Amino acid sequence: MELGELLRQLVFDYTLRTIVLGCALLGIANGALGAFALLRRQSLIGDSLSHAALPGVCIAFLLAGETKNPLILLIGAAISGWLGSVLAAVITQNTRIKDDAAQGIVLATFFGTGYVLLSLIQSSAGAGQAGLDKYLFGSAASLIERDVQTIAVLSIVALSVLGWFYKEFKLLAFDGEFLASLGFPRRRLELLLTSLTVIVVVVGLQIVGVILMVAMLIAPAAAARQWTNRLSAMIGISMFVGAAAGVIGAVVSALEANTPTGPAIVLALTAMVIFSFAFGAERGLVWNALRARRNRRTALAHGSDAPVYAAGD
Amino acid sequence: MTPNPTTNAPAIAVNDLTVAYREKPVLWDIDLQIQPGTLMGIVGPNGAGKSTLVKAILGLVKPAAGDVRIFGKPYHEQRQLVGYVPQRGSVDWDFPTSVLDVVMMGLYGKLGWGRRPGKRERALALDSLEKVGMASFASRQISQLSGGQQQRAFLARAIVQDAAIYLMDEPFVGVDATTEQAILTLLRELQHVGKTVLVVHHDLETVSEAFDEIAILNVELIAYGAMHATFTAENLRRAYGSRIMARLSMLEPASEVAPASA
Repeated sequence: MELGELLRQLVFDYTLRTIVLGCALLGIANGALGAFALLRRQSLIGDSLSHAALPGVCIAFLLAGETKNPLILLIGAAISGWLGSVLAAVITQNTRIKDDAAQGIVLATFFGTGYVLLSLIQSSAGAGQAGLDKYLFGSAASLIERDVQTIAVLSIVALSVLGWFYKEFKLLAFDGEFLASLGFPRRRLELLLTSLTVIVVVVGLQIVGVILMVAMLIAPAAAARQWTNRLSAMIGISMFVGAAAGVIGAVVSALEANTPTGPAIVLALTAMVIFSFAFGAERGLVWNALRARRNRRTALAHGSDAPVYAAGD
Repeated sequence: MTPNPTTNAPAIAVNDLTVAYREKPVLWDIDLQIQPGTLMGIVGPNGAGKSTLVKAILGLVKPAAGDVRIFGKPYHEQRQLVGYVPQRGSVDWDFPTSVLDVVMMGLYGKLGWGRRPGKRERALALDSLEKVGMASFASRQISQLSGGQQQRAFLARAIVQDAAIYLMDEPFVGVDATTEQAILTLLRELQHVGKTVLVVHHDLETVSEAFDEIAILNVELIAYGAMHATFTAENLRRAYGSRIMARLSMLEPASEVAPASA
């Protein structure tokens, strides 16, 4: 398809417009929350959360009489994802198991359970089950307007809460102990931030799928960090990167009917992360290499007879 | 901010405080009264519970028994009176923020929920940076600071809190001579204007110059009080064991150890 035709479809084609809008919103919400997950060194949480959501989707599907209502499946996913992240925290606090191991245990257990349930549903039920497997790799092609509305409402809620508590979350990420000494309820703010992350991750499950969802959360923030040393700017860039990857992934996946959306978005993200690592304004590897080379030249030109490192010889 | 003048309670009163991580006691039955205007150092071997004592005073760790009073009242009613300088190494200095931003964090408690720092907060934070000789670093990204500059940024964040009591956890660790001098001066200035300052300190060689009073801790509180009466060979031996004594003999004011080892 030509570029002009693509743009025409983006504006006029209802299906493509819906899909692209949904993916862009998803990228924006995850980009913002991902910045905090990355800075709190909680990148794994996105992974354990999304995997832990799978059994919730299946159980909600069964309990609600094999429904396909996205909101009900989403609530199931949220409850189970939230339980998983709380369970990981409880394990870390009450045993000698470290956080990364606890997240790994929760991730594997919940995902295993979810996958068994998914297989049972798919082998037993008739036509009703169609579509649950999209939660593995994601499928933007199945998005309808109602889905996008749900995504929009939840994203706006999550972003508003994040904006309202921005100062508190910033200090929580930088120095949680100092935050607590000022009298802010550290644990409750942590729980709130995790809950917001649960919302944006769960919203993305049917588009990106549980397996690759962590990239949607973390990669935009990792790319954004290379361009700025200010948190507010980092969040802004992260939202932009997330949105751009969402749009690219959605379009590619829509044009090639057999391409699942999750991998398409993740590949777009990967390209942006690599580009940022190489050319990022603040810490790009290319600039660092050039700077080192320039410094070496300057040093050779001015003080080659007494290099510093040879002082002890 | 001045403490409630109706009470003449000690600035900090620690009563029968016991703190345990899992089964193991980290602090055992601590009783400690610190009068307003005191500049006190806390020393003790590694794992003596020095940081835990500070965190218990701040309500950051829950005691198994006992309590802490700030000017006669529980911490949560008095937290505006208490400023805290955590260990420098406890945070990620690669965090995307500026020095001025870090200092303004000291005002978050007074700002309260949802309100963002504005012009007034920037001015206060700049003032505070001036006091630690860091005004020209205000817009610097924090990852570009040296260890000593990081420490001074943390001190500025505490000063801007304008508290009556300051609790500092190892402010002298890994800092350059300039910063060490700046901190010593600052401690004296704080004491001069009537602040109560409690400092976790690791270096026995400098402790008697830096502080007027000392608390010697090793899970139990071995002794506390005026430097000359408390910083004795006997008390140090009880906290550190006898091996350290030879190394310390030259510092010992009322030396019981033969100076031959020095």
